[in-house]
Amino acid sequence: MRVPLSWLREYVDLPATETGRDVQAKLIEVGLEVETVEQLGAGLKGPLVVGKVLTIEELEGFKKPIRFCTVDVGSANGTGEPQEIVCGARNFAVGDKVVVVLPGAVLPGDFAIAARKTYGKTSHGMICSGEELGMGDDGWGSPRTESGGGIIVLPPEHEAGTDAIELLELVDEVLDIAVTPDRGYALSMRGVARETATAYGLPLRDPALLDVPAPNSFGYPVKIDDPIGCDRFTARTVTGLRPEARSPIWLKRRLQKAGMRPVSLAVDIANYVMLELGQPLHTYDRSQIQGTIGVRRAGQGEKFTTLDGVKRVLDAEDLVITDDRGPIGLAGVMGGANTEIADHDSEGATTDVVIEAAHFEALSVARTARRHKLGSEAAKRFERGVDPQAASAAAQRTVDLLVLLAGGTAEAGVTEVIAPTAPRTITMPADHPDRVAGVVYGRETVVRRLQQVGCDVYGQDDLTVTVPSWRPDLAEPNDLAEEVIRLEGYENLPSTLPKPPAGRGLTERQRLHRRVGRALAGAGFVEALSYPFIGEGVFDQLGLAADDPARRVVKLANPLSDEEPALRTTLLPGLLSALRRNDGRGSHDLALFETGLVFLPREELKVAGRLPVDRRPTDEEIASLTEALPVQPRHAAVVLAGAREQAGWWGKGRPADWADAVEAARTVAHEAGVELIVEQGQYGPWHPGRCAELQVVVDGAAVRVGHAGELHPRVVKALGLPARTCAMELDLDRVEQAGDGVLRAPRISTYPVATQDVALVVDKDVPAAVVERCLTDGAGDLLESIRLFDVFEGEQLGAGKKSLAYALRFRAADRTLTVDEASAARDTAVALAAERTGAVLRGA
Amino acid sequence: MSAPNKSYDPVEVEALKPEEIERMRDEALAAFAAADTLDALQEAKVAHTGGTSPLALANREIGALPPQAKAEAGKRVGMARGAVSKALAARQAELEAERDARVLVEEAVDVTLPHDRTPAGARHPLTTFMERVADVFVAMGYEVAEGPEVEAEWFNFDALNFTPDHPARQMQDTFFVQGPQGADAGGESGVVLRTHTSPVQARALLERREPPVYIVCPGRVYRTDELDATHTPVFHQIELLAVDEGLTMADLKGTLDHMVQALFGADMKTRLRPNYFPFTEPSAEMDMVCYVCRGESVGNPDRPCRTCGSEGWIELGGCGMVNPKVLTACGVDPQKYSGFAFGFGIERMLMFRHNVEDMRDMVEGDVRFTRPFGMEI
Repeated sequence: MRVPLSWLREYVDLPATETGRDVQAKLIEVGLEVETVEQLGAGLKGPLVVGKVLTIEELEGFKKPIRFCTVDVGSANGTGEPQEIVCGARNFAVGDKVVVVLPGAVLPGDFAIAARKTYGKTSHGMICSGEELGMGDDGWGSPRTESGGGIIVLPPEHEAGTDAIELLELVDEVLDIAVTPDRGYALSMRGVARETATAYGLPLRDPALLDVPAPNSFGYPVKIDDPIGCDRFTARTVTGLRPEARSPIWLKRRLQKAGMRPVSLAVDIANYVMLELGQPLHTYDRSQIQGTIGVRRAGQGEKFTTLDGVKRVLDAEDLVITDDRGPIGLAGVMGGANTEIADHDSEGATTDVVIEAAHFEALSVARTARRHKLGSEAAKRFERGVDPQAASAAAQRTVDLLVLLAGGTAEAGVTEVIAPTAPRTITMPADHPDRVAGVVYGRETVVRRLQQVGCDVYGQDDLTVTVPSWRPDLAEPNDLAEEVIRLEGYENLPSTLPKPPAGRGLTERQRLHRRVGRALAGAGFVEALSYPFIGEGVFDQLGLAADDPARRVVKLANPLSDEEPALRTTLLPGLLSALRRNDGRGSHDLALFETGLVFLPREELKVAGRLPVDRRPTDEEIASLTEALPVQPRHAAVVLAGAREQAGWWGKGRPADWADAVEAARTVAHEAGVELIVEQGQYGPWHPGRCAELQVVVDGAAVRVGHAGELHPRVVKALGLPARTCAMELDLDRVEQAGDGVLRAPRISTYPVATQDVALVVDKDVPAAVVERCLTDGAGDLLESIRLFDVFEGEQLGAGKKSLAYALRFRAADRTLTVDEASAARDTAVALAAERTGAVLRGA
Repeated sequence: MSAPNKSYDPVEVEALKPEEIERMRDEALAAFAAADTLDALQEAKVAHTGGTSPLALANREIGALPPQAKAEAGKRVGMARGAVSKALAARQAELEAERDARVLVEEAVDVTLPHDRTPAGARHPLTTFMERVADVFVAMGYEVAEGPEVEAEWFNFDALNFTPDHPARQMQDTFFVQGPQGADAGGESGVVLRTHTSPVQARALLERREPPVYIVCPGRVYRTDELDATHTPVFHQIELLAVDEGLTMADLKGTLDHMVQALFGADMKTRLRPNYFPFTEPSAEMDMVCYVCRGESVGNPDRPCRTCGSEGWIELGGCGMVNPKVLTACGVDPQKYSGFAFGFGIERMLMFRHNVEDMRDMVEGDVRFTRPFGMEI
């Protein structure tokens, strides 16, 4: 809602010194969000005067038509002589009154005017367009131009030489208010004025307080078939409008400042009254209506062309205004082309009109506006709630203005169809606002504030509050509490702290998420947070099998991009995109990680029902919602490319490889206190020979939690990744389930260590992890640690063989081990490895 | 070694003569002094203190002496050997000091050489900032609650007093999940990508069953905005909910004040402005004093502030007293309990706290943006 300060002053006697910024601050305090204060005419300086065009000489030989004019500007130029002005616009004629800016003046935008040579003549000033004066260029053209625009042509009654800054009300301040959905009444000057008056403690001149004649039986006939959708309909008739009547300057200017475009007198008046009182109006050309005006629901599929020329197919829920032929308006949203007021220049200009001031159900209007994508000013107001009791006043105001400005005659007939409604009351303890705010206001203050809002208040300890017709949003005691607290000032609320019961800090799961992030960052990975939107084509690029469960996705009904309509089932697409983006921007040595949810549809897809809100849902009802949601486990993933260790003055670097990806998985598992089982694996995105399957033991059974290794060259190519990109992804929730809980501290023996090295020759395809497990199992309790320190393949071993060299460290808790004891332990370890893997002690 | 000989006269043993022993000692001392490298000293050490050195040989002879002579000869040799080993140690220390001084100079390096062998990792500032905000409340006794990102409409809207026709439920704001029949059927699923962290309010109340409930919920939320310098369809919020007996708006105000002071400095202030949200009543928009200009840009055209647009205040988010209808829908008696709640955008706070100019920088995962933020924020 754009509120010109000059207009606002009509209803509230604000101190003359009060600026727009001052009013803004006051209104913000009471809860109107005044976003900006626009300074109209800032920097504007005269002389800017009315001029009468005396002569026009068309200059030839230029690329565009140019006029050399003489203009009578009265005595504004000091001489009284005609002013010589060159002008490029053509929408004016000799004798027209125009707006002339003279040398020495400054127009908005710091545009200083001086006499200047142009097109071979000297131009002593300029004939102005609305745009040049910062007032918008619509609705000001002379009748001779089709679309308006161009030079402002004023009504002929204004004297040459008159100051145009004042005449056109060019200097003003406009408050731009973002009205919240509960405050429909603030979409009117009346509503904003009421808030202003309360904020300043000044009386309000309510523009809705008009003398309205009582309804009678000889007004235009109206029949309402749906009193729920329309509980009030006022119709008035004005005849004998002068077709040549134009909107006066003040009317146009107010509409412009409020952000509306002047159109024609009848339309302008309806818009003006809507802005003033908040009541949307519709004006029908009476000669176009046939028979009784009706209000009913549309027939399903009924067709109707709205004012904007769009032919619409109606829904059975749409509320329509009809005459004997059918729909003539979409109630509260937009009128019909068939009863549109005819333009004043066309043949058969409208002279008689029927004015509709009705009240429609908010929800019905909202749905119709949305269904037909018609966000009109009227619909905006009805959706948020219009004061039903302002309808007759609004109709009267419209009638008055048509009589005054268009020379019309008000017919005596007054139609009012009203479905009776009881005033709404709320009861609440008088100290309820105090208890909500944490402040003792006292009953007297509470009552006074509610009365300022427009409520009638009765009662002592318990108040019975009748809310005003323009506040449909006030329905509960807390709504009333808010009114009191905001008028007393949110800024005056004290600052206190509640005393929560002692908390237990983060959960294990929350701690784990943090630890995993820190550990991966500590290992050199940089976190990326990617969008979860994917296209299903990425599964082909990742080489997933046709029946891979990861291909089952949750799809959006309204994705931002049709390319990416699904939610991720793996973190890899997003993380690999981030990798590719970084690579493209010149960062080639990359290690990225992400932890986040993936979305896995359940076996059976269900609809989440709409549970009641007037009670706690049952556990079964809550479970039914859970069953309709996808499973959303948290995954952790890393991707690597380029160098893991940089080359430098210290020597060579080291490229990131499959082992770094596996190591990242171990890092995550370690943080979870889980032993990770790494086995040779195969899975779509990964290089078939360089893919580790990651497992953990949950409830005694090994379960797969993810994969790590080097990506498949086909995947690298399909996704445009750097060569030998590596990746790891695992299900963090599963890993967490495998956790042992609290770590048990190791016992530290202080006896000396006994070291034994063994080199075992095994077949090449025997995994090192298996050999190591055999050695560990065989070595027994004396084994403190085992470490693979070399892998060797060569001719002397024979084809298909490899040698694995391990350092075994033995130590006892209670004594120094003898060489024989250590050797014996080593021998049993080797023996077990030999038995299970065919390992042969090298050199044996 | 010679056999003991009771009649043996020590004076008769050449090597044990006092002047001989003095000579041996002096020769040793001279040799040590003459050694000018550690290697030369090592040679002198072997020659004069080793097993075949004259003093060692002399020492052996002592055993052959008659008992009455042993003491005297032993004392004489012992004193000489003591002097020699002392001199050796002194010279050793002297030469080592010389060597150290020389070698350490030779070993000097250019310590300004860069060392970026393994580039540092980092956590995303949105992650660490959310944790930091949550920690402020954890320290006050709140607990951290979580909820699903793909959420039932009932939790995201209905339970929070959004009517079925609320504008926020339209396609232009909310991502809807396709119904079980797929896109063509157009059926509804009743499932959305949560548009705020507020559904966790309802979940927390339902899970905990009986107040007091004091929780915060940081998390990811979704709205159908295209990515640009100031918007992103995927962003982060932190939600707070307190439900207890006798909670007031003053408690809300105090909690907000505490938060901004903990995060932005002890001199920070907040301001509440009336606003409207379905799930709170009364509702407020919360501002804090501009973190950058501290309000000094207001009415001061010479020092304009881009962060707050010279307004002096920055809008942080919405808050208010939990609407009694929300309590009812979650099975909490609004006659007995009241509560307050707020929700803030993390991106926005991060943008002005760390002078981030473009939303896309926080979204794209560029390591150059994230790395400087390190582990904590």
